Amino acid sequence: MNFVATTEQFGAFIIDTTASWGRSWMFLYRTLVALVKPPYRPYLYLQQVLQIGVNSTLVIALIGLFTGAVLAVQGEYTLSKFGATAYTGPAVALSLIRELGPVLTALMVIGRAGSAVTAELGIMRITEQIDALRSMAVDPIKYLMAPRVAAGLIAMPLLCGIFNVVGIFGGYLVGVGLLGLSAGTFMSQIISAVGLVDVWSGFIKASVFGLIFGWISCYKGYTCGFGAQGVNKATTQSVVTASVAVLIVDYFLTSVLTRVFME
Amino acid sequence: MITVRNVHKRFGSQVVLDNISITIEPGKTTAVVGPSGVGKSVLLKLIMGIMQPDSGEIWIGDDKITSAHSESQKNAIRRQLGVLFQSAALFDSLTIYNNIAFPLLERLRMSASKAHEKVLAIAESLSLTPYLKNHPEQVSIGIRKRVGMARALITEPKVLLVDEPNTGLDPLDGQEVYDLINACKNQWGFTGLVISHELPEVFQVSERVAMILKGKIIAEGTPSEMIASADPAVQQFLNGRTDGPIKIQ
Ligand SMILES: Nc1ncnc2c1ncn2[C@@H]1O[C@H](COP(=O)(O)OP(=O)(O)O)[C@@H](O)[C@H]1O
Ligand SMILES: [Mg+2]
Repeated sequence: MNFVATTEQFGAFIIDTTASWGRSWMFLYRTLVALVKPPYRPYLYLQQVLQIGVNSTLVIALIGLFTGAVLAVQGEYTLSKFGATAYTGPAVALSLIRELGPVLTALMVIGRAGSAVTAELGIMRITEQIDALRSMAVDPIKYLMAPRVAAGLIAMPLLCGIFNVVGIFGGYLVGVGLLGLSAGTFMSQIISAVGLVDVWSGFIKASVFGLIFGWISCYKGYTCGFGAQGVNKATTQSVVTASVAVLIVDYFLTSVLTRVFME
Repeated sequence: MITVRNVHKRFGSQVVLDNISITIEPGKTTAVVGPSGVGKSVLLKLIMGIMQPDSGEIWIGDDKITSAHSESQKNAIRRQLGVLFQSAALFDSLTIYNNIAFPLLERLRMSASKAHEKVLAIAESLSLTPYLKNHPEQVSIGIRKRVGMARALITEPKVLLVDEPNTGLDPLDGQEVYDLINACKNQWGFTGLVISHELPEVFQVSERVAMILKGKIIAEGTPSEMIASADPAVQQFLNGRTDGPIKIQ
């Protein structure tokens, strides 16, 4: 019966999806537990912060600079319609700190480091290095995953901070240097408009995105399928899933944070 | 030393191991042979406790790894095992020195200075001293296998598991790995389990042989008994013929 077969397939799909959803949460839970339980291996953490964080700094600064610059151009254009170009500084700074800094940093880090993390772990999986760890009584979750997830958590807010600072500088260069806004107004308006609340909400977002980045890129690598095909698929899925997750979570997180901080 | 009793393992609808029982006698080396894809590596992973059988038991010495539920219980049993993986499975991010030292530092949590002497000693006896500073991708696969052997034996395990000693090796390098296994057997005196599809080459390192086909053990005995076997599947596999009971998929 065709109907029975289709129903069966649909059922199997639902079961598979639910099971892998469950497994990925279990994976996150085990990783977070592994983070706090000894033995600690600080050098592994340092190595990952270096690989994920430090190596992304330049590219983050570069896109930060141009994002700030374009925000100044757009902001000045829009605000000029209301005769309010004096507020170009806060427009740039708030857009960066509250929204574009965390999101663009996350997308960039996912594209650059997330694919690398997944591919590295996937290759370790298919060349049996992960099995070798387990056979030597070393927990791969603790040895491989926890340092990477922690590095994401640490590096993302820091990179986001760099993005914001360089971005505001880029906005300043364009706004003051090219569009002829007053330097004093630009900066003083930023200082009076940007509150601690904005900085906090940006920081929380960046941290959550850091966790999403580490979780998904590690999970996809850890569960990678057979052969070069498997690594290929895992890497693509990792980048797409993490990027989509960041944008979806961003909406809900922004709504919640805005409401919480308004009160 | 290792007892596999009535083990079943399937992936989805694919039955890989169907009621397998083998006893690996202490101090001897047993070869488990069979065509590719028959489930030899799966059997090894079941013994290591990296996979769980659907039913059946596996004992390593007096410990039943199939009923160890937590990873730490399994780890205690795994202390008796050393494993040489198919492509050596060395860690690419570490030097050969650190690969060999890894089980001492990470598993036994030995101090670096104590581990140092052991690493130098085993590197010396396996002629690896010139390569210690290299990374795995800088040396040949034959040397990587020797490093894998050093990493497996440095904790002096009671049991050595070897997956396909000579895949990806030319005949000379392959022979070198067999010689290496024999030399290590004499020096360390472990119980061995070698998984292979290379007949009759693997016979030179084994005292016992078991052949798996379609999820079952179809023949068992000494190498000379296997060579004399009247079983058509054994003869077909030994002589590498395409006609016979074993179908190439
Ligand atoms: N983790 C797994 N998931 C699904 N199928 C697997 C897995 N591991 C092995 N298999 C399947 O089990 C069969 C036996 O594999 P394996 O033990 O690697 O064969 P070999 O005897 O060549 O070592 C193969 O058909 C393989 O596709
Ligand atoms: Mg195999």
